[in-house]
Amino acid sequence: MASTHVNPTRMELTRLKKKLVTAVRGHKLLKDKRDELMRQFLEMVKENKALRERVEKGIEAANRNFLLARASTPGAVLDVALMAPKQEVTLEAGMKNVMSVEIPVLKAKTRTADPNDIYSYGFAFTSGDLDMAVKSLSDVLPDMLRLAEVEKSCQLMAAEIEKTRRRVNALEHVMIPEMQENIRYITMKLDENERSTQIRLMKVKDMMLEEAHHYSQK
Amino acid sequence: MYKIAVIGERDSIYGFAALGLSIYPVEDAQEGARVFRRLAEQEGERRYAVIYITESLAAQLEEEIEKCRSQKFPAVIPIPGIAGNTGAGMRAVKKSVEQAVGSDIIFNEDE
Repeated sequence: MASTHVNPTRMELTRLKKKLVTAVRGHKLLKDKRDELMRQFLEMVKENKALRERVEKGIEAANRNFLLARASTPGAVLDVALMAPKQEVTLEAGMKNVMSVEIPVLKAKTRTADPNDIYSYGFAFTSGDLDMAVKSLSDVLPDMLRLAEVEKSCQLMAAEIEKTRRRVNALEHVMIPEMQENIRYITMKLDENERSTQIRLMKVKDMMLEEAHHYSQK
Repeated sequence: MYKIAVIGERDSIYGFAALGLSIYPVEDAQEGARVFRRLAEQEGERRYAVIYITESLAAQLEEEIEKCRSQKFPAVIPIPGIAGNTGAGMRAVKKSVEQAVGSDIIFNEDE
């Protein structure tokens, strides 16, 4: 089903053959890329799932603690206590290339090295519940950062896998069969031409011999 | 140097301030959308690499979040708020799997 018209010429045939070789090679490479991406993606998504479960549990626990803290400390006092944080978290963001997908690598840096700087208040006027709450939240933070990194990577990789898969399928089911079909069409057409030339020559030869020797009258 | 933002209802996120993350309490979805856009579009030194957003707010800002999905930064991560876990975060992960694999092969065992 050579849907598009192709010129049955030798030049076109050579061109198509070269194109087919490239397409087959590209198809193989893309397929390898897809498989490897998929392997890494599945690994990562499993980690993503585990991390998310852990983080969600952690945050829920922290929220419960905060609720307790809110109950035992007047709201205004609580607001004042958390108004001016001592600690600040900044991120160093790098990029890692995984099968041509740029995935983020985050490294958290705190402004001060002291882990106790998360308590930005004096302990005199707040209840111990608040300390617990802040502590529980701070325990989840490393997981949360890792989650951010992994989840973003998963999203980027998923998009890339989708794209690659589409390309592989297009090559495998559309481009390559079409080219093979065209090549076959041209080869057949050329063969046919050659045969008809051959026959024509034979016929001409017969006619010329006939003219010279008059075989049929003898 | 990048920073981390937390956006959502005040009660859900105020604890993160103590840890040194920037918190942006919002009242409703409209304000949330405005703040979110501002955070996501920030450039240069004061950029946010990660934005944590409470699930309830994330549910109302799907369009904005979708835009960030294909970009490198910021990473928008839904977290459960004080009202409890709606499962929206897990659904987002599931969506990634479906997009990549074509069908969900990770999560179907536990449903």
